[in-house]
Amino acid sequence: MNAPESYFLRHVEAEARPTPVAAPLAAPLQDASHIGQAIPRPNIERLAQGRGQYVDDLELPRMAHVVFWRSPVAHCHITSIERDFARMMPGVLAVYDGKDLATICKPWVATLSHLAGIKSAPQYPMALDRACWQGEPVVAVVAKTRAEAEDALQYVQVTWEDLPSAVDMKTALHPDTPVIHPELGDNLCFSRTLDTGGVDEAFARADVVVEATFDFGRHTGVTLETRCQIADYSPASGQLTVYHSQQAPHMMQDLYARQFDLPESSVRVICKDVGGSFGIKVHAYPDDFATVAISILLKRPVKFVADRLESFTSDIHAREHHIKGRIAATSAGEILAFEIDDTTGIGPYSMFPRTSGIEGNQVVNLTGGPYKHKAYRAKLNVVFLNKTPTCQYRGVGHPVACAVTEGLVDLVAAKLGMDPLELRKRNVMPDDSYPATGASGIKLEVLSHEACLRKMETLMDYPALLAEQAALRAQGIYRGIGFATLIELTNPGAAFYGVGGARISAQDGATARLEPSGAVTVMVSVGEQGQGTEAIFSQITADAVGVAMSQVRIVTGDTQATPYGGGTWASRGAGIGGEAVLQAGLALRTNILKVAGVILKRDASTLSLKQGAVVDADSGEALLPFAELGRVAYFRPDTLPAGFTPELMVTRHYAQRDYPFIFTNGVQASYVEVDSETGFVKLLKHWAVEDCGRVINPMLVDEQIRGAIVQGIGGALFEECLYDAAGLLINGSMADYLVPMAGEMPDITIAHIETPTRSSMLGAKGAGEAGTAGAPGAVVNAINDALRPLKAAVWSQPVTPEKILKALGHIP
Amino acid sequence: MKAPAFSYLRPRQLHEVLKLLAEHGDEARLLAGGQTLLATLNMRLSEPALLIDMQAVSELKGLSIAGQTLRIGAMVTHTEIETSDLVAQHAPLLTAAASHIAHRAIRNMGTFGGSIAYGDPAAEWPACLLALSGVIVVRSLRGERRIAADDFFTGLYTTDLAPDEVIVACEIPVAQANQKMSFTELARRHGDYAVVGLAATATMLGNKMSNVRLAWIGVGSTPMRSPQAEQALNDQPLNAQSVAQAVEVLRSEIAPLPDLTHSEAAKRQLAGVLLKRALTSWMSTVENA
Amino acid sequence: MHEPMTDLPQTQTIRFTLNGQSIEREVQARTHLVDFLRDGAELKGSHLGCEHGVCGACTVQLDGQIVRGCLVLAVQADGRSVNTVEGLSDSGALAQLQAAFIRRNALQCGFCTSGMLLAAHELIEQRPNATREEVREWISGNYCRCTGYQAIVDAICDVLAERKTAAQGAKA
Repeated sequence: MNAPESYFLRHVEAEARPTPVAAPLAAPLQDASHIGQAIPRPNIERLAQGRGQYVDDLELPRMAHVVFWRSPVAHCHITSIERDFARMMPGVLAVYDGKDLATICKPWVATLSHLAGIKSAPQYPMALDRACWQGEPVVAVVAKTRAEAEDALQYVQVTWEDLPSAVDMKTALHPDTPVIHPELGDNLCFSRTLDTGGVDEAFARADVVVEATFDFGRHTGVTLETRCQIADYSPASGQLTVYHSQQAPHMMQDLYARQFDLPESSVRVICKDVGGSFGIKVHAYPDDFATVAISILLKRPVKFVADRLESFTSDIHAREHHIKGRIAATSAGEILAFEIDDTTGIGPYSMFPRTSGIEGNQVVNLTGGPYKHKAYRAKLNVVFLNKTPTCQYRGVGHPVACAVTEGLVDLVAAKLGMDPLELRKRNVMPDDSYPATGASGIKLEVLSHEACLRKMETLMDYPALLAEQAALRAQGIYRGIGFATLIELTNPGAAFYGVGGARISAQDGATARLEPSGAVTVMVSVGEQGQGTEAIFSQITADAVGVAMSQVRIVTGDTQATPYGGGTWASRGAGIGGEAVLQAGLALRTNILKVAGVILKRDASTLSLKQGAVVDADSGEALLPFAELGRVAYFRPDTLPAGFTPELMVTRHYAQRDYPFIFTNGVQASYVEVDSETGFVKLLKHWAVEDCGRVINPMLVDEQIRGAIVQGIGGALFEECLYDAAGLLINGSMADYLVPMAGEMPDITIAHIETPTRSSMLGAKGAGEAGTAGAPGAVVNAINDALRPLKAAVWSQPVTPEKILKALGHIP
Repeated sequence: MKAPAFSYLRPRQLHEVLKLLAEHGDEARLLAGGQTLLATLNMRLSEPALLIDMQAVSELKGLSIAGQTLRIGAMVTHTEIETSDLVAQHAPLLTAAASHIAHRAIRNMGTFGGSIAYGDPAAEWPACLLALSGVIVVRSLRGERRIAADDFFTGLYTTDLAPDEVIVACEIPVAQANQKMSFTELARRHGDYAVVGLAATATMLGNKMSNVRLAWIGVGSTPMRSPQAEQALNDQPLNAQSVAQAVEVLRSEIAPLPDLTHSEAAKRQLAGVLLKRALTSWMSTVENA
Repeated sequence: MHEPMTDLPQTQTIRFTLNGQSIEREVQARTHLVDFLRDGAELKGSHLGCEHGVCGACTVQLDGQIVRGCLVLAVQADGRSVNTVEGLSDSGALAQLQAAFIRRNALQCGFCTSGMLLAAHELIEQRPNATREEVREWISGNYCRCTGYQAIVDAICDVLAERKTAAQGAKA
């Protein structure tokens, strides 16, 4: 760091403003004893005993297994499919091609009307006469066991003619690059420009202009439990039940109903235990529809479990970007403008139903996000490639936008000789400036950048780290400190998908029921994939209703049993699902008090609920246990006044309607050591200060953030889907695709600022993705900070020893 | 990914193993630890008709010292070597290398003989055997052969083993008091195959090196030595100049094979760094002696 | 599929001890141990994440040592003893680790947890003095995508410390 000492000394010594404390919840939750507490998740002993219920654990009578013959090449015209030999193999029930499935399943086109001009081609469950990416399903072999299906797969004979392919996003729009869908005219899926005006003037009057090119390697989610489902069509009832490892059961219910022309009420989607999702499992895959189609055609349950090798070519990929970025600043350190030109390469089809245009769209919306500059220009081209389709994966554009923004900010700091933390402090939107609108037009309710930066400085003991870094540098040991200030969109309203015409619900509901025994059951439309949804809903219910957590049962993941809702994505589970649970719990409280008032012959306003009993509101004296109230309400209505009916089951819905999104903010810091001879990077430590509004369970949210950070580190250092010139994935196995393992990960210290959102009573914002949003920016900045005295920099992720050695000049 | 169908036998005698191998030839595969073979079968990269499991052949087990030789039975597992006091005392290079091999669950099944027979240039044991002047003892129905490690690894995943031969043991001269050893590898993640690794041994008399053996992981299509670099160190005093000289010779001697993310040039650079660091670590122990 | 060149059968009867109980089944030679456990013995607690030995989700115990269940054939278990997460839960062998995992929030989706517990169990037995760094190295063979590994490391270190204290107490 070249910063003159005075910069950071001055600010460390300045009196720190008090950290804002989360406002207390409104009555009757002012004494909430569960919300905000680090309570271990209930009901997970079964997971710790290997007694979960993941899709592959389920077996249904007559269940068959499907495997897919997938295109081995990037682009080909299929000339023939010989199935007879495969059909003769032991255990085989059927062999289907794309045309068979197209007889009962409509094709889809993944566009949304609010992404102006987005275009894509119709896609079928399996390719008809052309396969457009390596891994696209073409033939389905169904047998009694997976092994038998794989045996038979070897006897499926497909002939094809290779077609020229588009595999380089930088040349996808060149006139001599093959156009994947000629009827679309070119390989452009979506483009967008944004110009606030005043950009050229800002760059002209700037004292410092820095340009850099940022590259992001395509990578993927690698959920430990691969994608899987059991489609069970019962011809006798016309009912389709799909057991799905999925994040949005109602969305899938709607899609299956519409693609197969089934009544919506005939389709039931059940999500039990999900072995990790991260966005990979929120999309509607061709093989999802294929499996359902096969169940309908065969009239028996069909199970599909992707194996790991097919996961790598069939799970959605994400984050393949090439971005030219510029930043303008004054010599006093005021950032004047950002500009980006982003090219991103997706698959040959926009992914259904959320489209492959959203990630790039978010890069445009979020670049420069934390800062108060007014001038911003962005250009985005989303281009089709003959590679695996891409779509939303944890963070969705944030990691890219943040890395570009924070990389440019560090470059300015270096050029100005200013401390990078100081530069950020000078330019983040002030904590008292909200509500505010960012340069890109994003609406920000309330953020706390300044408070987070201050907290980070003490949390990491920045001066001590700087001193340590300087001392070691003198010994030829190169350590780096990197920051990333970030914003993250959470709790989306209908602006995200609904306005574009997608039947993806932006609202959620919870039904709370008092059982005769005095327990409380809550059915919620947001589900669990391990993040602790059920736990926080239990905590909220316990406080809302006044019952012990051990008396709360949460039911999720069944379209037949829960209210209608959106599910898990865009970090909305706690904020939106939680609010619905809170409102339902409070409504149930009101109704319990009504019944209590009638039973006890007292004014309900003189009563309260605590620990599973009706109590005197003033003295706290227990008057009537819930179990007794339940007994009377359910079994002895004859003892209640005529005209009074207990309603001990209530439903409330919630949609966030104040803003398009409720943004959160945070800052991360990374401390690394770069071996300047080998280019190997050691992650020494990582910190995150996160403001996700009211924290419902700090223990759960903290490890969520850590997991998200580690996932971000994966993209920054290790993970890339490597393609050769022919469009073939060359590292599609766990041995060659490197995911972060425990040995290389640092300890991660987390702290919170809590600025509740006023868009709900609960005040909780989302927290699931911020870690992934900021980690790559922080880590890459740290590496470049370490390399700066050696006059080297790497702005291409993943940052590998190869790239560092090149930058250092050790290799050509 | 389910393996294709095959038959399986678990003979109790080495002689039966040899008979089966001779009888079935190409159609059979020897099952040692299975940590490489079974992954290959799950991915259907290989479709043998018969697996011959050597687990029950007691003759293939055992770690023992006879005279100046450490004998490692072919079916000794990586974990047995990792935790063996005998090995720590008489072949500390192996002890140093053991914890780099994959992860514990793999080490509990994977075998020394299996690793040597596979001859993966990215694996630890073959390079260690080269560095230690090991001898591979093999047997067939035709009799027994003893093959020096230097002559054993002939090509990519190819060894001097005939199709009807089985490794029964490896023999390693026990470490002498005046011997130095160093094992280092660079891997992106703990337990991964090395990007580049070095198993090095030398005899040190005072400050002078002799009998230097530098065995490389991840550099060639086989585990290999770098004789020119060894030559540059033999009979030389161990100091900064001889180290620098040796590194220069090494970098022009080797033509490393790139991997998915590391170029030939990068591996050249890394190999030189590992050599420098190994030799430097010997320098400080010599100084402290 | 391979036409067998031999008359040797591709299935055989195996007998082994599974979670302390004798079991006898006919299996195909090609069936790996975890597929056998899940399909043949209906123990779903051991999971498949890759089937090439890298992710660790399939970790089970064979003769008291952890192995990759996807890289061991069921037929190899003949005459031996196998323990799964279910058996080690019911016997109480994992109780201390399970309590620590839950207390420390060291599991989220739970898919890696069976394998992680079995790996952790061998560590606390074999390396009672493991440092935090050694714990991280040891569990590097088990992929977790949900946690940042830190809670898992914390939980294992808790148990190591508890057992050290208990051992010292026992000595006193």
